[in-house]
Parts: sequence; structure tokens; C-alpha cells
Amino acid sequence: MNPTAPLCAAGFFASGVLSDPVSVTHYLVVGAILFTSGVVCMAVKRNALGILMGIELVLNGANVNFIAFGSPYLRGEGSASIGLDGEAIALFVILLAAAEAAVALAITLNFYNNHSTVDIDQADDLQG
Amino acid sequence: MDPASTLPLLLGLAWLTPLVSFVAILFFGPRMGPHGKSSAGVATAAIVVSLALSLAALGTWLSVHPVQAVAHDSHAASDSHADSHADSHAQPLPPAYSGDWYTLYEGGALKLSIGWYIDALTVLMFVVVTFIASCIHIYAAGYMHDELHDFTDHTVHLTDGSHFHRPGRFSRFFQSLSLFCFSMLGIVIAGNLAMIFIFWELVGICSWFLIGFYYERQSASNAANKAFIVNRVGDFGMIIGMMALWGALGTLHFADSSGPNAAGIETLRPGLLSLVRPEATHHALQVPDGMVKFAAADRVAEITLDHAARPEDSASEIANRVDDWRAMGYGRWLLFVAGIGIFCGCVGKSAQFPLFVWLPDAMEGPTPVSALVHSATMVAAGVFLMGRFYPVLTPDVLLVIAYTGAITLFLAATIALVATDIKQVLAYSTISQLGYMMLALGVGGWVAGLFHLFTHAFFKSLLFLCSGSVIHACHTNDMRKMGGLAKVMPWTAGTMLVGCLAIIGAGVPFVIGLSGYYSKDSILAQALSFSQANPSHSILFAAAAGGAFLTAFYMFRLWFMTFAGQPRDAHISEHAHESPRVMVAPLVALAILAIVAGWSLPGGFGIAAMLEQARPAGTAATVTSGYLFGSLTIPAEHESHVGAIHETATLAAFATAAAGVLLAAMMYVWRILSPLAVAWVFRPIYTFFKQRWYFDELYGAIFVQPVLGIASLASSIDLGVIDKLIDGIAWTARQLAGIDAWIDRTLVDGLVNATASATWIAGVELKKLQTGHLRQYVMFIVIGTVAMFVLASLFLRSSLAA
Repeated sequence: MNPTAPLCAAGFFASGVLSDPVSVTHYLVVGAILFTSGVVCMAVKRNALGILMGIELVLNGANVNFIAFGSPYLRGEGSASIGLDGEAIALFVILLAAAEAAVALAITLNFYNNHSTVDIDQADDLQG
Repeated sequence: MDPASTLPLLLGLAWLTPLVSFVAILFFGPRMGPHGKSSAGVATAAIVVSLALSLAALGTWLSVHPVQAVAHDSHAASDSHADSHADSHAQPLPPAYSGDWYTLYEGGALKLSIGWYIDALTVLMFVVVTFIASCIHIYAAGYMHDELHDFTDHTVHLTDGSHFHRPGRFSRFFQSLSLFCFSMLGIVIAGNLAMIFIFWELVGICSWFLIGFYYERQSASNAANKAFIVNRVGDFGMIIGMMALWGALGTLHFADSSGPNAAGIETLRPGLLSLVRPEATHHALQVPDGMVKFAAADRVAEITLDHAARPEDSASEIANRVDDWRAMGYGRWLLFVAGIGIFCGCVGKSAQFPLFVWLPDAMEGPTPVSALVHSATMVAAGVFLMGRFYPVLTPDVLLVIAYTGAITLFLAATIALVATDIKQVLAYSTISQLGYMMLALGVGGWVAGLFHLFTHAFFKSLLFLCSGSVIHACHTNDMRKMGGLAKVMPWTAGTMLVGCLAIIGAGVPFVIGLSGYYSKDSILAQALSFSQANPSHSILFAAAAGGAFLTAFYMFRLWFMTFAGQPRDAHISEHAHESPRVMVAPLVALAILAIVAGWSLPGGFGIAAMLEQARPAGTAATVTSGYLFGSLTIPAEHESHVGAIHETATLAAFATAAAGVLLAAMMYVWRILSPLAVAWVFRPIYTFFKQRWYFDELYGAIFVQPVLGIASLASSIDLGVIDKLIDGIAWTARQLAGIDAWIDRTLVDGLVNATASATWIAGVELKKLQTGHLRQYVMFIVIGTVAMFVLASLFLRSSLAA
């Protein structure tokens, strides 16, 4: 990695976003980056487990969005409480992600039993 | 026992009994006995019952109207002459009973009914017809035995050359015979012309059935059609006569009848006989009022118009003027037309010139049919009707009848001279004798003509039955193959000899004779009397006498060729045998009657005497009148029975008959003259007679060919024009249908099919989206989602901003 990268990034952001106090936007960006990474991973990966990882990334990106919007402090309304609404929903999401990952792994396992591979390009039996 | 009710009952039952037999055989014939054999018994029983009833009626009649002998001897000449003059003014109406059983239709002046007119002639005719019919039924039971089993007709060839095989039709023969007897007796008993016409046509149909009994034979089928069609030509004239009578006189009944009219009032309706010969003129013939008024219709209209205000004035004026108009001659033609019209029907039915051509062909029917229908009964119906209708016939009509009869008798006799088929000789003989009867009626011999009718019925049916016996034995009709059969068939030969002697009028002159002697003599006497009274018509007597010569010749030619000499065909003479008893017995019965029919029983009963009872009123006296054909004198019949006329006629009859027999013997027994040589010498005449005066060819050319031509023209129009039109319409419809089909197939079906295939293709194309590649699905999801958000942000900015 280029050792000047952080300096360039810092310089770039110092005049804009980076000089503002941390707000929803910063979280959204992070969430967006996670989401996009996850989507790209889902789209590109041939390995079924890789796609599962991508799904996890997507879900976690969504979680970050939830956190961002769930905090009144970050939204700038400022209140006495921190507000854990976002975290609560994120917790549900993680739970659901785990359940869904379990199911997806079960499907993948069955798929491996049938096809001796986890290459999803081999999973085109349901074509029209 | 009131004869007015007993006689109609007896004769009515006698008339209807054969109808019962007909219906029974019609429904149950083939089941009566094995192959229908008992149907002969049923039919015979019915006709014998009719005979018994007719005899009972005769007995009833004689008990009420005893018959007086007619004086024939010359010593009473002056007395009877005076008597006849007295009689002419005092001759009573002949005893007769009339009435109606059932009225078919009554409207205005016309009353069509089934009824009776019974006089001595009716009773005699019933007895004779039923007796002859009984003999023939018995004979036919034997003769028609071929029809009791399957029959192979050797004269009918099928398309593959084999002979025609069919089941027997025994019961159908007796069914037709019974229907015929019913129809014939219906004519005899009929009380009005309409009923006569109905039964006239019925006998025609029965004759058609019987002639065409072997209908698969082309010749028989054609002969039946010819008989019926030629009769219909005569019937056309008869209808015109009936229309003239009905239109002018308003009635077709012979006798007066009384009964309630439409308004319920008892009225006397005069019949034809009393309209034309009313009491007022002592029953002399005069044109009836109705005809005078009909003919003078324009004058009647004038008077009615003049007295339009007071119709009763015009009625009385007309009544006053009727006699004047009658004297001026109005209505004469109408009466003439009426008489000639009815005579036309008789020309057809009784085979007179020019409508005789059907009778020789009618010999295609079985011989019992020829004997009953075409010699003794049906053809006699015409003469009977003329006898019944005699009072309405004017002297002009009588002259036409006489000439027709004379031409017929001569024509037929000449053809019989050269015929070689035994039944053809007898057929032409029948035509000739019918000509005699018409001649007799035409010259004023009412009793003579009808007497000959009865005697002819006996001997002609006898002759036909004998010929049937011969045909049955020889299996051929051709006389040239017969000969010497007297040894083998003595009964047939003997009875046929009796018949031949009867027909020629054999007898000892002035002493005694067979039946034909008396009837033929009276005809010749009356013809002579007429010729003397009207010298311009002497040819009538000459024709009658010449006819007698020819009759004797051809009848004995027939007898000699068949029974005398040596057999001409060995095969036939070997197999010839006498007929069974059931066939010989009627021959004997008829032979006895052929001998005695002219005699009178002690007490005066005889056929001629009984006929005298039925003589129509006003016909006993000499009549002179001249309307259309100049002055004609119709001499009284009594005058021909006396004196010189009777002697001359008797001698002439005897001489001509003897000459004829002598010539026949010379040619066919003693072989002095050779028939072939005579035929050669008179070649043209011989050929002319042999070809039957070319009448068939003449009628063929005048009537048949044109009709066939018109028929083929009509047929060609039907096939060429009408059928082509229909075919054209059908063709057009098919073409239109083809276009329709094309539209349906190509456009409509194409549209539907195209829609279907488009849908299919769409589905196939859409299927390509389902690739099965999961990563691709993921990309679609992502892109879709992004697109949705972009669109939402573009169009729903306000809600996003919130």
C-alpha cells in the first residue's frame, strides 16, 4: 500500500467531510461501502460460501444504517438518552442473519452432496 | 212382398256379394288354402250366391210382371199391325223401380247418388252376367292351376338371358275377377249416369288388372295400358255428353225421383227418360225444355231483361215461348251432342270403330278373362248403356250408331278372315258381333240388339272357354299348328261346334234354331225393314248380310282348322288331351244355353219376350223425323216380325250362313280351293286384312309418335334446361363455398394460429431469462432495486426529502 494514501485521503477529506463533526452521513457512507462490497461479492463470487459472506456484508451494512438512523445524537437532535433503537433492530438483524446463514449453509451442504462442488455456476438446473 | 223393396234388396245384395269376396281375398288371399287355392272357392261361392239372388229376383219379377209371348207368325200380320198402331198410343211405361241408397253429394240441381233402376232388362242382365261369371269362375279354377306354384314365364327374358321365375298369383286372379263382377253389376243396377260412369271406370281398371295379369310381359303390360287409354278416349266423349245433360237438364238420373229438396219440400224431380219423352207427347221424343232454354240462352236473357222488374212475368213468358223455340230447332244440337257423347263412351268400351284397337291386344290376358270380360260382359256394357239410354237418342244419333256398327262389323269380320291366332279370330268376331248389336240398336231394333247381346254372351263366352281348353292342351294359340283335335278332345270339339253354329245363326228356317238364329234373324229383319223405309241407307242391310256370310266363313274356318282334318304339328297332336272335368262342365252348361237361349218356355217366358217388357216408352211405333241427316224413318220393331220382311231376312240369313260354311269347308276340309292360292291371288287385300287395316300403324303415327315426340322434347327440356339450371346453381354455390372455405382457412384460422404462435414465441423468448445462473439473478435484483430507487427519487422527491 502506498504510504502516502492516508495523507492524500486525509487531505482530500480535510477540506470537506472530514472536517465536519461525525454525523449520519459518515455512518451512511460506511454502510454504503459495506453494502456495495457485499453486493459485489455476491455478484462476483463463484463459491457459494463466498456469496454467503457477501450476504453477511450486506446485512451488516444495513445494520450500520440502522445504527446511524437510530441514534438521535448522531442525527443532531441531541437528547438526554443515547437511544438504542437502532442497536435493537441491528440485534434482530444479526439474529436473522445467523438464522438465514444456517439455512443457507444447509442448502449449500445439500447442494454439495448432490453436485460435489460448491461452484454456483453449476447450479443452473432451474433454468427455463 | 212388395217388389219395390224386395227387388232392390235382392239385386243390391247380389251386387255387393262379389265385393265382399274381393275384400276377403284382398286381405287373406294367399292364406286361403295351399298357395291360395281356396280363394277360387270363395270367389265362386260369392258369384253363385249372386246368381241365386238374381234368380230369386227374376222369380219375384215374373210373379209380379208375367211375361207374354211375342207374336211372330205372319198370319197375324194385319192384326199385329193394327195392334202396334193401337199400342203406340197406349203403350204403357215399362215397369221399373228406381230409388237411391246413398246420396254422395247434393248441391243445387245435381244429385250424385248410388241408386238403382230395375226393369226387366236389369233383372235379365243380372241373371245372365252372374250365370256366365259362375261358369267362368269354375272354369278358371282349373285353367289357372299353373299359378298355384312358382311360375316360370318363358316369354319374359331377364338381362342375363334366363327366364323369369316368380311365385304364383292364383288368389290375385280371383280377387280381380271378384272386383270385376262387382263393378259390372254396378253398371247394370245403376240408376243414374254418374254411378254408371263410376263403375264404367272401375270395370276399366279391373280390365287393366286382368289384361296385365302377366305384367312382366312387355306385350301384356302394353296391352293393358292400351286398353285403358283407348277407353279413356271414349270416356272423354262420355263426359261431354254427361255435361250436356247435366248443364241443360240438371239431372243424371234415368227415372223420376221424389224426395225432399234443399228447403225440405217434397218435390218430384223428373229423370232423363221422362224429360226427353214426356207424358204430354205420348212419350214421343222431343227436345226437353231445359235444353231448349239452354240453347236459346240469349233469347231467355232478352226476356229476363225486358221483365227485369217482375221476374214472374219473365218466367211465364219464357214458358210460353219454349214451344216456339223448340219448333225453331233450338236445343236439337244439344240433344244430339248428349246422345253422341254417351255413345262415344260406348264406342270405347264396346270396341267400335275407331276405338276397337284395344280388344285384340286384350287377348294377352288369361283366357277366362277374355271369356268373361272381353266377350260377354264388359264389352257388352256399352251396348247395355245404349239400350238403357235409348229413349234419349234422337234418330240422327241412331243413324250414327247404325253406321258405326255397320263399319265395325264389316271391318272386324274382314280381319278375322285371315287371322291365325285362335283368340284373335274370336276377338275380332266379338268386335264384329258388337257391331251387329249397335247396328240393330241404330236401325230401331231395341229388342233385337239386346237379344243378340244376351245370346252372344252365351255363345261367345262358350267359344272363348273352348279356345282356352284348346290352348291349354296344345300350349299354343296358332291355328296353323293345330288340326284333327276332334278325336282327342271330343267334348271341346262338340261344344265349340255348338258355339260356332250358334254364332252363325244356324237352324232350320222358320222352324227352330239355336240362340243365334233368333237374335241374328231379328237384327237382319229390322235392318231390312229400315233399308226399305229409308232406301238411301240400304247399305246397312247389305253390310249386315255380308257380315253374316263372313262370320260363317271365319268361324267355320276356325273350327275346321282346329278340329278337323289331319294334325299339322305332330308334337302338339301327340300331347293334346281333353281338359279336366272342372273345365269341361262349364262348356257343356254354356253350350246348352247357347242352344236354348232363343227358345220360349211353355207359358211364354223367353229372353225376347222379357225384353219386350222393358221396351222404353214411345219406341214401339214407327217414327219419322228429320233434323240433321234428312228425313229418317225408324220403323217399329213389330213390323219386322211379320210378313215378307221376316221371310226375306230369314232366307238371307240362312243363305249367307250356308254359303259361308260351304266356302270354309271347300277351303279347309275338302281342299277344293287352296287358302294359300286364294291369299296369293288377292295378295294386296290379303295383306291389308292381315295387317289389320294398318290401324295400329295409323294410330301410332297420328297419336303415339307425336306424344312420344312431345314427351322426349319435354324430357330434353327437363334434362337440358331445368337440370342444367339447377346444376348451375349448385355449381355456383359450391364455388362460393370454396371461397368461404378459403377465407375461413387462411384468414380466420390464420389469425387465430398467428395469435397462438405469437404467444408461444413470446413465452419461448421470455424463457430465456431463466438462465439458472444465480449470480445473474443477483445482478438483476441489484440493478432492479437501484433502478426503482432512482425512479422513485426522480418522481417522488417530496416524500424522500421528508
